[in-house]
Amino acid sequence: MKLWLKYADIMLRSQMQYKTSFILTAIGQFLVSFSVFIGIYFMFARFNNVEGFKFSEVLICFSVLLTSFSIAECFFRGFDTFGGIISNGEFDRIMVRPRNEVLQVLGSRIEFTRIGRFLQAIIVLAYAIPNSGIVWTADKIVTLCLMIIGGTFLFAGLFIIYAGICFFTIEGLEFMNIFTDGGKEFGKYPLSIYGEGILKFFTFIIPLALIQYYPLLYLLGRTDNPLYMILPVFGILFILPSYIFWRFGVKHYKSTGS
Amino acid sequence: MIELKNISKTFKIARRNAGFGEAAKAFFHKEYEYVKALDNITFTIPEGEMVGYIGPNGAGKSCTIKIMSGILNPDGGTCVINGRTPWKDRINHAKEIGVVFGQRSQLWWDVPVVDSFELLKDIYKIDEKQYKQSFDELVSLLNLESIIKTPTRQLSLGQRMRCEIAASLLHNPKILFLDEPTIGLDAVSKIAVREFIKSINKNRKTTVILTTHDMQDIEALTKRIILIGKGKILLDSDLSTLKKQYTKHKIITVEYISGQPNLIDGLSVAENNKNRLVIAIDTSKISVSNAIAKLSESLDITDITVSSASAEEMVVSMYKELNI
Amino acid sequence: MKAYFTFFKIRFINGLQYRAAAYAGVATQFAWGFMTILMFSAFYKSNPENFPMTFENLTTYIWLQQSFLALFMAWFFDNEIFDSISSGNVAYELCRPTGLYEMWFVRSLSSRIYRVVLRCSPILIVAAFLPAPYGISLPVDIMAFFLFILSLALGSFLMVSINMLIYASTFYTISPMGIRILSVSIFELFSGAIIPLPFLPDNVHRIFNLLPFASTQNTPFLIYNGYLSGKSVFHALLLQIAWLFTFVLFGKLLFRDALKKVVVQGG
Repeated sequence: MKLWLKYADIMLRSQMQYKTSFILTAIGQFLVSFSVFIGIYFMFARFNNVEGFKFSEVLICFSVLLTSFSIAECFFRGFDTFGGIISNGEFDRIMVRPRNEVLQVLGSRIEFTRIGRFLQAIIVLAYAIPNSGIVWTADKIVTLCLMIIGGTFLFAGLFIIYAGICFFTIEGLEFMNIFTDGGKEFGKYPLSIYGEGILKFFTFIIPLALIQYYPLLYLLGRTDNPLYMILPVFGILFILPSYIFWRFGVKHYKSTGS
Repeated sequence: MIELKNISKTFKIARRNAGFGEAAKAFFHKEYEYVKALDNITFTIPEGEMVGYIGPNGAGKSCTIKIMSGILNPDGGTCVINGRTPWKDRINHAKEIGVVFGQRSQLWWDVPVVDSFELLKDIYKIDEKQYKQSFDELVSLLNLESIIKTPTRQLSLGQRMRCEIAASLLHNPKILFLDEPTIGLDAVSKIAVREFIKSINKNRKTTVILTTHDMQDIEALTKRIILIGKGKILLDSDLSTLKKQYTKHKIITVEYISGQPNLIDGLSVAENNKNRLVIAIDTSKISVSNAIAKLSESLDITDITVSSASAEEMVVSMYKELNI
Repeated sequence: MKAYFTFFKIRFINGLQYRAAAYAGVATQFAWGFMTILMFSAFYKSNPENFPMTFENLTTYIWLQQSFLALFMAWFFDNEIFDSISSGNVAYELCRPTGLYEMWFVRSLSSRIYRVVLRCSPILIVAAFLPAPYGISLPVDIMAFFLFILSLALGSFLMVSINMLIYASTFYTISPMGIRILSVSIFELFSGAIIPLPFLPDNVHRIFNLLPFASTQNTPFLIYNGYLSGKSVFHALLLQIAWLFTFVLFGKLLFRDALKKVVVQGG
């Protein structure tokens, strides 16, 4: 929507005011993800593979996940930091304006410094794609794109749920990090390595495996089932229940104040 | 027009306890209490009126304002503003109201004020012509020409406040809610802001609801006062009537060369400097002329000033009498 | 000093009030530890000979890491200190009779300790009851335990002294945020927060061990689980002390220089 673009414009100009800070932060973001990458590298240097996955295959998994996460983090940061928006009264201000609340929350924070993480992810992806031994036919490319898009919507959905919880309590929120940061952290390896239970949880409850593990199997040619290719769509759909929960939270806010 | 009838609102609040033992207990079992924030609030404000909505902290002022803005829904009662129920028709209602929260800014911090205004124009979908007209009028009335291109973070509090008020009026709202608009401002800025609000109310017929603890704002701007205490409307009348009713004393400032004041019943000393006395006269016990007569018996007076109690004092005695 | 104990007590009571936050925090850390151990166990299954320590050692390390997270978190800074520097309020703090470095040092340290106390016992207790090899094991021997406590203290002090350097650096630059993120990113890898240092290739491991970051959390945990034993323990402790000394000295010098600037400029 046009209004969102205007928000993005003002956010960009705001952040460019602090050029040094912006660049340093972006570099820092890059380095943080780079450390994680180095961690994986060292692990594979010592152990050749994990649960049947090679280094380059894991890299595909890692980079896809990080790409989605950094996109979601950049554009949905308003939801990620929603606790602050409620506690400093900014949400009241949003409610007093004649526009959709979601649009306003999206427009309230767009963090362009996340480009550091994004760049790191893209670089690793660029390395992993040719080195993974995958034959990149059209269907594989589509799968890859769906994985990224699905992942972005999944993480966005998680942020929205987090924001929804903020309406009910500001206190117990840390556990959501298990899914957002945890998802990013532990999702760097294909979810099957954590065991059956974890895989099932991330298939049926929070569909992280649907954008990471199953499509990956398809990419690596370990399954021919085309169904696996479109599973990421469920990741995209995840945003619907998240949004519903959010609206429920808004209703609660309207009846109890802050 | 604003019409509230029998609005009530109750909150459930967790009890916080002091001390280590209590805190550890509370860790495992939380206790709640029910607080009636608003109890049968009823009042009507016709279009174009300026009302001061006052009361001690925690009385329910911000709760009422939130309901009128559409942020909060009440447990009971009706509220109709310009034909709409605020919380049911939030977006349309929001188009017609402007809100200024004294301590929280609605402008974007790091960009020039004019950029914030432009974004607000898009948020409120103000058409070009009307925006330009509003913009020019507000900038000239509030003297914003020199600061309009400065980033918000570089403005002084007074400058920022003027920009805030301009921002809240860009879309020409019919109702303006002002919450502590002059807090922290210097005297000059305060007067400028008050003058501006008066003129907006006169020219645009904007209804203004002012919540503030600054009684000078109230005296300068409003004729009608609604007093809320412990969730109930305690008073709803005009300022002069209230003053007559609640201030039963006058202040005499006396400058004298020698002597000691003879303090009979009804006179009390508020201040006693070297040759200057400030005495409060309880007009229900002794008239002003008698008081002066009594004082001149024992003091060699060189100068005498008589003044009414200020609105501040009126409020203090009101609160005391109404037990809030 | 008594003031700090009171400050600590008030914070602690306050912390208890926010019980949901406490529960959530413990749950989060627990989940984190659990997932990390699962990850390592997957690698272990693929190639047990290449595992540089026993699996029990590893799980103990991970649980210790989670319990004492607050002591060694690289991203934990006292925002008030940053604000005080950037706004110039630090001038007021200079009017007090205690040294600024010492004051901020104790403050940072007590913030971390308060957080640890709130979190560590539940995690340690639960981890103790987990079935082996997933749970935490007892220290190798009594001596190891005492040395662990000593090393833990040294490591925490070192951590805070590194923090102090970061605070000092903000006197010279305008961007505390940038410095923070950069320092966090460097720190995580080198201190064994991402993976315990013994998992790194041998030559890399040797280099990292000499850096100050390893002397924060890596050393005490490895003493506890017995990976370091005998002479190497004393070497490690000496290294911790050496780094601590260096950073404190450097920090105090930097503070003195920076504050001179502050006073000259008038804040």
